Amino acid sequence: MIAGARLAASRRVSGLVGVILTGFCSALAAGLLILILGYVVVQGWGAINPAFLTQLPHPVGVSGGGVANGIVGTLIIVALAMLMAVPVGVLTGLYLAIYGRGLTAECVRFLAEVLSGVPSIAIGLFAYTILVQPFRHFSGLSAAFAFAILMLPLMIRTSEEAIRGVPTAIREGALALGLPDYGGVIHVVLPAARPLIVTGLLLAIARVTGETAPLLFTAFGSEFWELNPGNPMATLAMQIFKYAISPYDDWHRQAWGGALLLILAVLVLNVGARWALRGRAKRS
Amino acid sequence: MSIELDSHRTLTAARGRAAQRGLTTRQAVADRAFRVALLGATLLFVALVAGLFIELVHGSWESIVTFGAGFLWSSEWNPVTNHFGALPFIYGTLVSSAIAIVIAGVVGISAAVFLAEFAHPVVARPVSFFIELLAAVPSVVFGLWGLFVLAPILGHTVEPFIQRYLGFLPFFSGPIYGVGLFTAGLLLALMIVPTVSAIARDLIQAVPNELREASIALGATRWETATRIVLPSARSGIVGACVLALGRALGETIAATMVIGNRPAISASLFAPGYTLSSVIANEFTEATSSIYLSALLELGLILFVVSVVVNGCARILMWSMLRSQGRRS
Repeated sequence: MIAGARLAASRRVSGLVGVILTGFCSALAAGLLILILGYVVVQGWGAINPAFLTQLPHPVGVSGGGVANGIVGTLIIVALAMLMAVPVGVLTGLYLAIYGRGLTAECVRFLAEVLSGVPSIAIGLFAYTILVQPFRHFSGLSAAFAFAILMLPLMIRTSEEAIRGVPTAIREGALALGLPDYGGVIHVVLPAARPLIVTGLLLAIARVTGETAPLLFTAFGSEFWELNPGNPMATLAMQIFKYAISPYDDWHRQAWGGALLLILAVLVLNVGARWALRGRAKRS
Repeated sequence: MSIELDSHRTLTAARGRAAQRGLTTRQAVADRAFRVALLGATLLFVALVAGLFIELVHGSWESIVTFGAGFLWSSEWNPVTNHFGALPFIYGTLVSSAIAIVIAGVVGISAAVFLAEFAHPVVARPVSFFIELLAAVPSVVFGLWGLFVLAPILGHTVEPFIQRYLGFLPFFSGPIYGVGLFTAGLLLALMIVPTVSAIARDLIQAVPNELREASIALGATRWETATRIVLPSARSGIVGACVLALGRALGETIAATMVIGNRPAISASLFAPGYTLSSVIANEFTEATSSIYLSALLELGLILFVVSVVVNGCARILMWSMLRSQGRRS
């Protein structure tokens, strides 16, 4: 009886210790975000001013200057990547959702899953070999191509899930009303699936906006205003990288400012995507 | 399942009849064009992935032919004499990723157990949300933080402390720089914790409740239920999640480049600077002067690609097998 009671106590204590330790691990992981975010806000806040947002980078030794060309470059490259990734991603998702029952479709799905784990730098090398090397100069377009490949796995998966989520009855209804296959999909299924597809797109944009590695040898970077994606372009993420590993204090300050802008953009995209998703889940 | 199959059959039948339903020729043509567009996009996607592999092999062919398999275990990396070997980079990648997955595995799985089994939803929801947002932080921001915050703390406080007590071990000996394999491993761990914990939490939640009820009914405590019943039955999936996270750590470029020290040397000490496959590509690719140099860098990219495909393929198969066996059980 006493032995039994002692055993129960030790078991209870080990359980308590276990819960406290695992709870500590959760707090640690969640606290890290707050720690990093807080540090970036504190360090970056001082660097952000109108000049930082509107001016070109100044040469080394001349203080001031900004990252305006990087912000614009990021926007242009991400927009181009979106133009490439959305049609291919949504159409492939449609194919998988509508005809995707055989081995071929299973293979395409597996391929998408595997591609989502391929390091972005390897994808950058691919963009280099087919869009930079043959033309003998770096370009924003090749960076957009690399970004599009990075976005595809997520676009394909969310599109397929979104389209599968549309009740079959709605599709049957469209067919019963005499709409041809494509008409049913374009006028009925896609509009119903649109909010989820947009959510996936926002997450995909968030994923590539902060990417740096594949840009180093595709977009390459630039010190000037560059609106032509056929030429080398600056992006915010690359400027942060360059400033961070430089030995100049003024550049370090600007790196923190750029990091604050980047992290805000990415978090807004993520929170926005989740919020849209939650509103939808509640309604249905 | 059977309902879904039936409705699929209905749809197929309806589609089959569409031709007889009095669609005009124009509509029939458009219908066909629509199908071709879907198939075309899918084939384009497959071609892109195949092209990725083919181009990497093609680009690194010169290096593959010149150095053969010895590329993998030669430790000389000399652009002046055009002698290239990948061993220091493979070593740096493996060591930093191993540190990362050990730390992230322990922390991530613990957090997943707490969030799925013990935490009240009021706590679990915001904590999971924060951990998932951590995954969204760009790697260049992690690198910046690692370089200016983590590396100085480790270099001035943590690593000297470890060395004072464990310095007799070769892993913790030698000079301390702040940047190095250990710092890179720790930073990578922070970056992949969300992957481990988010997937592991979902898998733990997918374990059927009957198992928990049976275990509690037999007199086990909730902690014993979680560690001896729930975790083992989600084991293969959780291993899959860890392998997936490992894949991310192996390929991570910018953050590792900023804190690993970028020195192509193999040293037993974890505090020494190292180099990873991806960071040498990031640093040297635009400076490669000869075609064999470029080719050797592309071969490093090919190694990364092949390793990531194998690692991710294994991870997916592990997770699928777990979910499928659970589906059969319930």
